[in-house]
Amino acid sequence: MKISLEIQRFNPEKDTEPYFQTYTVDADPSERLLMVLMHIKRTQDPTLCFRKSCAHGVCGSDAMVVNGTENLACKTLVKDIMAHGQAAIRIEPLKTLPVQRDLMVDQTRFLDNYMKVKPYFIAKSSPPGKERIQPPEKHAVIEEGTRCILCASCYSACPVVQKKNPQFLGPAAVVQASRFVHDSRDEGFEERLPQLDHPDGVWPCENHFQCTRVCPRGIRVTREINLTKQKIEAYRKQGGPA
Amino acid sequence: MVVKEFDVVIVGAGGAGLYAALEAGKAARTAVLSKIYPVRSHTGAAQGGIGAALGNVEEDKPLWHAFDTVKGGDYLADQDAAMVLAEEAVRAVYDLEHRGLPFSRTPDGLIDQRRFGGHTRNLGEAPVHRSCYAADRTGHMILQTLYQQCIKNNVSFYNEFQVLDVIIQDKKCAGIVVLDLTSGNIITFKAKAVLFATGGMGRMFKITSNAYANTGDGQAVLVRRGIPLEDMEFFQFHPTGIRGMGILITEGVRGEGGILRNAAGEPFMQRYSPTLLDLAPRDIIARAIQTEIRQGRGIKGDGSVDDYVHLDAAHLGREVIRSKLPDIAGFVRTYLAMDPAEQPMPVHPTAHYAMGGIPTDLEGRVLGDEHGSTVEGLYAAGECACVSVHGANRLGTNSLVDLIVFGRRAGMEIGRFVKEAAFARMPGDADEHAHKKIAGLKRPGKGPDPETIRNRMEQAMTAGVGIYRNGPDMKKAVEELKELRELFKEVRCRDAADRFNTALLDIFELGNLLDNAYIAAVSAENRRESRGAHSREDYPERDDANWLKHTLAWLDNDSIRIGYKPVTITRFTPKPRKY
Repeated sequence: MKISLEIQRFNPEKDTEPYFQTYTVDADPSERLLMVLMHIKRTQDPTLCFRKSCAHGVCGSDAMVVNGTENLACKTLVKDIMAHGQAAIRIEPLKTLPVQRDLMVDQTRFLDNYMKVKPYFIAKSSPPGKERIQPPEKHAVIEEGTRCILCASCYSACPVVQKKNPQFLGPAAVVQASRFVHDSRDEGFEERLPQLDHPDGVWPCENHFQCTRVCPRGIRVTREINLTKQKIEAYRKQGGPA
Repeated sequence: MVVKEFDVVIVGAGGAGLYAALEAGKAARTAVLSKIYPVRSHTGAAQGGIGAALGNVEEDKPLWHAFDTVKGGDYLADQDAAMVLAEEAVRAVYDLEHRGLPFSRTPDGLIDQRRFGGHTRNLGEAPVHRSCYAADRTGHMILQTLYQQCIKNNVSFYNEFQVLDVIIQDKKCAGIVVLDLTSGNIITFKAKAVLFATGGMGRMFKITSNAYANTGDGQAVLVRRGIPLEDMEFFQFHPTGIRGMGILITEGVRGEGGILRNAAGEPFMQRYSPTLLDLAPRDIIARAIQTEIRQGRGIKGDGSVDDYVHLDAAHLGREVIRSKLPDIAGFVRTYLAMDPAEQPMPVHPTAHYAMGGIPTDLEGRVLGDEHGSTVEGLYAAGECACVSVHGANRLGTNSLVDLIVFGRRAGMEIGRFVKEAAFARMPGDADEHAHKKIAGLKRPGKGPDPETIRNRMEQAMTAGVGIYRNGPDMKKAVEELKELRELFKEVRCRDAADRFNTALLDIFELGNLLDNAYIAAVSAENRRESRGAHSREDYPERDDANWLKHTLAWLDNDSIRIGYKPVTITRFTPKPRKY
């Protein structure tokens, strides 16, 4: 069937403002949106720019705003976005991050925030000869957070980052921190505390749940943020370092 | 000429590149260049596990793992390399765990292990629990863990940098020339050591599990500068890709007990592999599926190219699928609107993995000829390399083992090498070739359509150099690829921009695929036997007397020169391969 896409264009080398360009293309309802974009790029307009790689929702390259909602283009099927009834599918770059070209955004701020939380395993004790022991129920606590692919959908959708506090660490960075501070093997909670227990750390989150709604990996992002808040509160109650 | 200088430059930020960076970066100024953000690398798509004889679930030994690797590779693997792989796998898995990798656990809190194709106990008796896994996203967790460690250790990254050329003079590597995609600038990186860890090339086929980024860049750049490529005829088709899309359904589904069935509901693997059944090596299962389809027992039954079989996991139950195969369930839900706990999954083989690539020794040093001479300062690791540890067919989980074991070994060797080594002389016009190339691509005029060339390449490779091969079909593919490479010389980039010119990147990648495909097709046509993934209808038997040897292929302008080197055989005497 024929579908129309209104895609936001911007090339800093020649445009002063972003604008929308409409493309009409033949597409199968069960086709991935990414395939439609690739088809446009390779047969109609090679200047159309976006990022992509794995094409099945695990690399996190092709997050974009589709009909107003953050989505991975490779996890979005044509039939799902045609159901809205409007004439054209509207495709925009992620919000709150500067546009580099068309649908490509500069993720520097997003990734800098991620790096602030020391998103790596911290152990003070030296490792045993074999693996560290972790019972399945303790592993289960961190499983959800480890799914994160840093696609930045949640960061784009966050009303706090958008309207109130652009300095907020953002949902993904807190998920990444949560994955470590709740890991029974990790000993880096206090090292991460200055970034997390900070006016721009976990506290700006107001439970809008937009991050949870858009996460293409099904992570209950808001829950991870609240679990991290609770851990900090419990730590304070105990009076800080033991 | 814009020049940057590092002791070590690593091209590619997947498992091998990042592990090597952690090792080399301990003592040397190290930069990692990647055409995509490191966490987007295709290592992250690996699902089912990393094989290591930990023996956490049942008795296991590295020797058994090495034997399975050699037999799985139809005796073309170098056996010293297979021993290193199996022995160091154990330490590598513990090392990843110590770096925080969230492995799935046994009830006792040990790293859990599952069964996988071709991995057996006691030299072929029965499937063994050897694959250490993190649900069905083991590669994602390895990539994340290594990237996290690189952040911790302040590794320097140059993201969205595409390698265009390597500078080799007098058998010494002086550095590389790259395109900075963010600015359009061409930059020369001078280094004492360069490691290529650029991954696979599955995008030369129509249906593939591979990412768009898997275009054989490192292999192509090196072969154009006189480095041979080894065993390029051996390309793995993973038996279970989602029908029509090629998206991978992990072998872990069968490791957990999933069963392949034909249109009659028959578990057909019992006819092809009576001992290992659905856990036979991939080449055998891919051929079995193809045979079922050809003989009219596919689900459609018409034997057409999009016919398929069923992968049945419904009997595993919802809980096993939820806890051990959650991403697979997600893919099937997203792309097929199906629930694997209720319905069988429609699958057919998908182009998956290059066993061949840049020839290296056990320390990742690139070999420049059939006599084992190394090119000083030049290294390769991971899928782009050929140690050869996978021989004619890779076993499941061994790709991740390869990245970690040989990425680390290359990184350590580089660390030793750069301490003593001086910079090789970098010519003042090192970047001239790259500048000319881009100017040529951006010259006015229309030129042939790159999309047509791409489609014809995919078609030629799929039809001629697929699961089953024969002389006339391969010859046709070779002729087609020759023509396409000629046509490609006239291609122009239809985007004039400097910054983020993804159309330009697309063209470079297409050129790289064409060179790799050409070499793969010629190497395949040349090998007159069937071994592992190279299965010829006109030469159906393995022929050890004439063909127990590695192919080396050189690209001399537009023609290919073939040579050979012997297979290293230590303790496992080649035997008929039965499962």
